[in-house]
Amino acid sequence: MTAVGSIDTRAIGRWALIGVAGLTLFYILLPLLSITWLSFYSQEIPSFPPEGYTFRWYFSILSNDRFVDGLLLSIQLGVSATAIGLAVSVPAALCLSRFRFPGREALNNVLLLPLMVPGVVLGTALYVFHVEAEIATGGELHILGSTLGLLSGHVLVVIPWVVRLVMASLAGFDRTLEEAAQNLGADRWTTFRRITLPGILPGVVAGAMFGFVASFGNLEMSLFLVGPGRTTLPIAILQYLEWKIDPSIAAVSVVQIVLIGAAMLVTDRFVKISRVV
Amino acid sequence: MARLELKQLSKRYGDFFAARDVTLDVADGEFLVLLGPSGCGKTTTLRMIAGFVEPTAGSVQIGENDVTRLPAWKRNTGLVFQSYALFPHLTVAQNVAFGLEMRKVPKAEADRQVAGALELVRLGHLGERLPRQLSGGQQQRVALARALAFRPDVLLLDEPLSNLDAKLRQEVRIEIRKLQQSLNLTTVMVTHDQEEALTMADRLVVMSEGSVMQVGSQRDLYERPADRFVAGFVGRSSFVSGTLETPQLFRTAGGIPVACNTKLMPGPATVALRPERVTVAPAALSDMDNDFPGEVEFVSYLGGLIDLHVRLSPKDLVIAQIPNREDGFMPAVGEKVHVGWTAATTAVFPGAGDDAGSDELQPD
Repeated sequence: MTAVGSIDTRAIGRWALIGVAGLTLFYILLPLLSITWLSFYSQEIPSFPPEGYTFRWYFSILSNDRFVDGLLLSIQLGVSATAIGLAVSVPAALCLSRFRFPGREALNNVLLLPLMVPGVVLGTALYVFHVEAEIATGGELHILGSTLGLLSGHVLVVIPWVVRLVMASLAGFDRTLEEAAQNLGADRWTTFRRITLPGILPGVVAGAMFGFVASFGNLEMSLFLVGPGRTTLPIAILQYLEWKIDPSIAAVSVVQIVLIGAAMLVTDRFVKISRVV
Repeated sequence: MARLELKQLSKRYGDFFAARDVTLDVADGEFLVLLGPSGCGKTTTLRMIAGFVEPTAGSVQIGENDVTRLPAWKRNTGLVFQSYALFPHLTVAQNVAFGLEMRKVPKAEADRQVAGALELVRLGHLGERLPRQLSGGQQQRVALARALAFRPDVLLLDEPLSNLDAKLRQEVRIEIRKLQQSLNLTTVMVTHDQEEALTMADRLVVMSEGSVMQVGSQRDLYERPADRFVAGFVGRSSFVSGTLETPQLFRTAGGIPVACNTKLMPGPATVALRPERVTVAPAALSDMDNDFPGEVEFVSYLGGLIDLHVRLSPKDLVIAQIPNREDGFMPAVGEKVHVGWTAATTAVFPGAGDDAGSDELQPD
C-alpha cells in the first residue's frame, strides 16, 4: 500500500468513527430532546406541528397531588433505600474483596442478582413472599402494601450497584496504606474511617448515585409493592397515561431528567464518576 | 528508644517456615540490618516485629514489654515502607501528624513536633503539598519523618532505598545513618543489597531460608564467615571443592595440596577465597603458604580493579582481583602466572559443593 493510500484509509476510518459515534449519540438523545420539546406544546393532544408553546403543563403538575406525592415518595424511598443499601453493601464489598471463604462466589452472585432478575419477576417474588409472611404470622405482620415492604424492595435494587462499584474501587486500593495507618497507631475502625473510606469514596459515591437512580426510576417491581393511595412517581405517571395523553406527562418526565442530571453533575464535581464506572 | 529482643521467633505456613527460631538482641540505639536474598525471611521477621504477621512461636520484646500478642497499633514502632505508603488524600504535614493525632497529642504540641520532624528531613517548606506533588526522594523523606514524628521505640526500615535511583541512594544511606546516630534510634533495616547493609549497619544479620546464618559486624562476616552461604553472600568468594585430609591440609578435586588452618574434621570440604586476598605474580611466590602455577583463562577489566580467572588444574579455578596500577603486573589471557595466598585466608567449610571449581555466588 502506498503512503498516500494509508493516510486516506486512516482519514476514512476517523470519519466513519465520528459518524457512528454521532449517530449513536443522536439515537440516545433523541427521546430526551423530543420529550422536552413536547412538554412545551400548547395543545392538549400532542400532534405535529405544535400549535404554540406554553409553560402551563409544568404548572399543572404542581397542582396534581398524585404527581407531587409520587415525587416526594420516590425521593424518600430513593434516599432511604440508598442509605440502607450503603450500610449493607460497603461491609459486604469489603468482605467479598478481602476474604476467601467457602460460598464467596455464590454470595457475590446473590448480591448481584437483583440486577439480573427482571423487575416483574422480582416484584412477583416479593409480593408472594409478603403474602406468605402475613399468612405465616396470622396477619400480625402488616407488610403487604406497606411503605416498609416497598422500601425493602428498593434496598434490593440499590445493593448490586453499591457492591459492584465499591468492589471495583477496593481492587485499586493499596492495602499497605492500612498497614501504615495501623503502624502509626490507628485501630481497625479508625483505619477504615480515616484511610480506607477516603480511598474508596469515588466507588461509594458512584454506587450511591446509581443505586438512587435505579430506585427512583423503578416501575415494574414497585407496581407489586405499593399500597392503595401510596404511589411512586413512575407509577403515578403510568396511571395518568391510562386516562390521558397530554404534555403534562412530558413535563413530569423532564422534571425527572433534570433532577437526575443535576444529581449526576453535583456528584461529578466531588468525585469523577467516569474514573470509576 | 528502647532495646528490642526477639526470642526463637518462628512463622510457619503449613510445612514451610518463613522464619525459624530467629533470636536477636538489638541494643538501645543500635542499627541492625537483616540481610539476605529474597524469600530468606527477613521481611517476615520485620513484619512480626511491627505486628503485621502473627508469630507461630517465640516472642518479641520492646523495652520491658512483651508485645508478641499486641496488635500493630499498640506497639509504638515506626515503619518506613518500601513503597512509602503515604496517605494520598492527606498533605505532607497531615501525614506526619497522623501518628501524633492517634496518640491524642494536643494540636499545638503536635504542630511543633511535625515541624521538627519535617525540618529533620529538610522538608519544612513542603508541609502543605500532597504526596503526589513530591519527587520519589522527597516522598521517602516524608515517610521517614512520619515514622519518627511520634517518637517510636523502634524504627523499622523495609528496603527503604530500593525505589530511589543509584546516585540518590548513596546520599540517602549516609543521611539516614547520620540521623539514626544523632537521634540514637534503635533501628532494624531489611535489605538484599549488601553494599547498603555494609555502609549503614552497626551489626548485620545474614538470613537464608528463614534462619539466621550469622550475626556480626561487617568485619566478622567478611573475615570470618560462619558458613559457605555467608562467604558467598557477603562480599565475593571463589570456591574450590575437594577433601580436607588433615586440619592443615586440603586437597582440591584436581589433586592440588592447599595449606590451611582449621578445626574441622577431615572429610569432603570446600575452600572459599576472597579474590582480593589472592596474589598474582609472574614468578613463584616463595613467601606464601600456598603458591601454585596456573594459566590465566579470563580477564575482566573493571577500571580500578581487574578480575583474573586463573586455572590451576582442569578441575580447579581461582579468581583473583588485582589493583590496576601503572607499574603493576597485568597478565593477558593464556599467560602462565603464579597465584598465592596465606593459610590464614583459606576459609574451609564442610561439604564439597556440587558446583565445584568456578562457582561464584554473587548477589544482584
